[in-house]
Amino acid sequence: MNPPFLECHHLEKAYPAQPAVRDVTFHANEGEILAVVGPSGCGKTTTLRLIAGFERPDRGEIRMQGRLLSNEQTFVPPEKRQIGVVFQDYALFPHLTVYENVAFGLRRQPPQEVNQRVSEMLDLVGLIHLAKRMPHELSGGERQRVALARALAPRPQVLLLDEPFSSLDMDLRLKLREEVRRLLKGLQLTAVFVTHDQEEALFMGDRLAVMNQGVVQQFDLPERIFSQPVNPFVAEFMGNANFLPGRVVSEGIETEIGLIPQRVPLPAGSSVELAVRADDIGFDLNGAANGVILSRVFKGVINVYKVRLHSGLVLEAFQPHYRYFPEGQPVRIFADAGHDLACFYNGIAVTVDENHLDRVTKG
Amino acid sequence: MLRERVFTKRFGTFLSSPARGAWLYLPAALVAVAMSLPLVYLIVRASAAGQSAWKWLLRVQTFQIVGQSVGLALSVMLAALLLGVSLAWLVTRTDLVGRRIWSALLPLPLVIPSYVGAYLFVSFFAPRGLLQNLLERWLGIERLPSVYGFWGTWLVLSLMTYPYVFMAARAVLSRSDRSLEEAARSLGYSALETFWKVTLPQLRPALAAGSLLVGLYVLRDFGAVSILRFTTFTRAIYLQYQSSIDRSAAALLSLVLILITIGFLIAEQRLRHAAAENPHTAIQPVQLIRLGRWQVLAVGVVTLVLLLGLIFPSSVLLYWLIRGLLVGEQISNWLRPLLGSVSAAGLAALVTVLLAFPVSILSIRRVGLFSKMLEKWSYLGYAVPGIVVALALVFFGANFVPALYQTLFMLLFAYVILFLPQAMGSLQASLRMVQRSLEEAAASLGENPLRVFQRVTLPLITPGVASAAALVFLTTMKELPATLLLAPTGFSTLATQIWGAVSEAYFARAAAPALILILASSISMYLINHQTTLSGSSHRQ
Repeated sequence: MNPPFLECHHLEKAYPAQPAVRDVTFHANEGEILAVVGPSGCGKTTTLRLIAGFERPDRGEIRMQGRLLSNEQTFVPPEKRQIGVVFQDYALFPHLTVYENVAFGLRRQPPQEVNQRVSEMLDLVGLIHLAKRMPHELSGGERQRVALARALAPRPQVLLLDEPFSSLDMDLRLKLREEVRRLLKGLQLTAVFVTHDQEEALFMGDRLAVMNQGVVQQFDLPERIFSQPVNPFVAEFMGNANFLPGRVVSEGIETEIGLIPQRVPLPAGSSVELAVRADDIGFDLNGAANGVILSRVFKGVINVYKVRLHSGLVLEAFQPHYRYFPEGQPVRIFADAGHDLACFYNGIAVTVDENHLDRVTKG
Repeated sequence: MLRERVFTKRFGTFLSSPARGAWLYLPAALVAVAMSLPLVYLIVRASAAGQSAWKWLLRVQTFQIVGQSVGLALSVMLAALLLGVSLAWLVTRTDLVGRRIWSALLPLPLVIPSYVGAYLFVSFFAPRGLLQNLLERWLGIERLPSVYGFWGTWLVLSLMTYPYVFMAARAVLSRSDRSLEEAARSLGYSALETFWKVTLPQLRPALAAGSLLVGLYVLRDFGAVSILRFTTFTRAIYLQYQSSIDRSAAALLSLVLILITIGFLIAEQRLRHAAAENPHTAIQPVQLIRLGRWQVLAVGVVTLVLLLGLIFPSSVLLYWLIRGLLVGEQISNWLRPLLGSVSAAGLAALVTVLLAFPVSILSIRRVGLFSKMLEKWSYLGYAVPGIVVALALVFFGANFVPALYQTLFMLLFAYVILFLPQAMGSLQASLRMVQRSLEEAAASLGENPLRVFQRVTLPLITPGVASAAALVFLTTMKELPATLLLAPTGFSTLATQIWGAVSEAYFARAAAPALILILASSISMYLINHQTTLSGSSHRQ
């Protein structure tokens, strides 16, 4: 098997003021989009800056196509890396036109080729008609596209995108991220995409790296991260609103809302925590009530209910928009997942997949 | 009841609608006309000049004066540009040792009025000066290369003016966007190429505006060029005025100078707008460049500049001060000029600020063609060098109001023309910070325009009014050419005292007034900086 296209091994970078990077290891294969996601201050942008070469790591190694970019002895300056960057604030040169911005990285080429390449890039992002404009005359979405065209023009080996949609409004963001993903896939470009939005990460990434406090918590396929988070942080970050305590018994896990028939390799009697998403929880009026409805928020397609169990634990639960219950209504609450739930023992995921356990215990 | 409602309604719309305060046009227009009368008269006088005067203007010497004035302005601009940019780059972008201290010290030569700087240089290098005394005593050297002329003037003015460029460049360099430079690096540019291709273009508008300010400073300067005996327009006008009976020639020279200054001013205004448009988005600290073994050289350059521009003048000043005390310089020698300066400056501050109010309010609250015209018109004093204003008033006074000629009133008139723009600047900045809705709220609560102004606007702009008055006061204290030409007989100020003492080579006598003026101009510089941060914060809101 070929080595990965871009690799980071145990990167570390400490700062007096900025978020630090304490242990970052991940890779991206050729043509893959790697989404790095985490809450603000988790070190994801710093990681990107290390890859771009704007900062020099204290420890660790970065390689591209097997070529060493950075370790304790070697440091390739950013201009020699052939890594394109799309900045969060776009960083368009205010003194240059759209055309000149895109042509900026092409100066070693004959004018004719430059012209052709710039037109090609502007065509690609659909802005050929704005070539003569200045950056301050563009809308947010247009600036974003110019920034992308500028980064792509010199045919970088890897493209880095730092929260590229964060300053756009919702509609535009959804539209642009689809556009950008299609474009990157069409070019078969290897890309690292940084975001704080888990939904955006799931959409953009072929692979995800979830970061917290400078450490990559989990690095895997989006589906796996979603369904098999390695620790409660990842589970919560990927949208699990509820943690349900349980006790291992021979048939599965005994919880306040009934027996979850899920086998775990733990001795009977062990205390565990189950991550349940709002869509994994159901309730109805049949049988003995084990909780009451606390509140309801109407979201159009669904109703989001908060229900309180008799123990005092509050869970979120979705119901279809036409199912309406008043506040204070006693209900029977049950698990309605249709899949195995993520289960944690002392803050570590309990799964059949031993690899996960390995990675977590090492981290 | 109904009448009351109709009344408030009509008055309310009068207050908040564009019609509000229309009566202000009258005083504003009067001020604008008064400001321009003497200059218009100068133009009339010049255009009516006899053929001999025109012939005189077209002599070879005139072209020589143009060449010397413009040449001096350009060469000082170049020096200020080189010094200003490299020093600003050193203190903002590199790990220069002690960069914070340097950054605070480097703008300081600006507080030395140009003629004081010239006086200190001359008093050191000139015949009968400090250096020659020393050399003669110990080495028997009796002649030194002359400090007078182009090189001396160029050196002194460059050292006094590079802070304009330095401060402009420092402002841009310290808040410029890190990601722009990183973008260039990621697109294959080295650190040096990035500086040329990205950083410098960002600086260009600020640099152009800063160096044009330097150019204007040099063109308007009268004191330094006169003391250092380099004939530019201002000196030529003064000499012409003093020596000849037909003063039309001086008027013609003045016109040419005004035209050149206006050219510089227009360019400066244009560039300032270009600089303001430059959008700065996310501002992040830039990584400092390591100087390594260049550190020594860099510290050496900075030290040399400060040595020449700050330490040298202050030690010479200190020397003359002490020497004056030892020789028994009379305090009364500078007490009377001090009183003269303070009283003239105090009156000028009061009158100028009062006269600046109508135009300032109109230009902020009633943006329109007419108010803009009045504003531009009132800024006339900014385009006209002090010597020209003085000359215009001499003509005007002698021909129309001989009773007022050579009275304090005439001198005050000159000060108002010269410093009205300064007062307007402060007032406008503080008025801009008062949200219109505050005044409208007061109006809707039933206050008439005068009461709105008194109860809402004025309390809010009090700091701006105070700083306007202080600025005019302090700048008036430094004013030399108009005071020299227009002061009533027997009336002297600190500036004229220095001028007189230096022209007679009584260097010690000029020291105490010079020190007082340097202190005054330090305060005004502090006020100007303070004011720009205030108006800057209002822009961000």
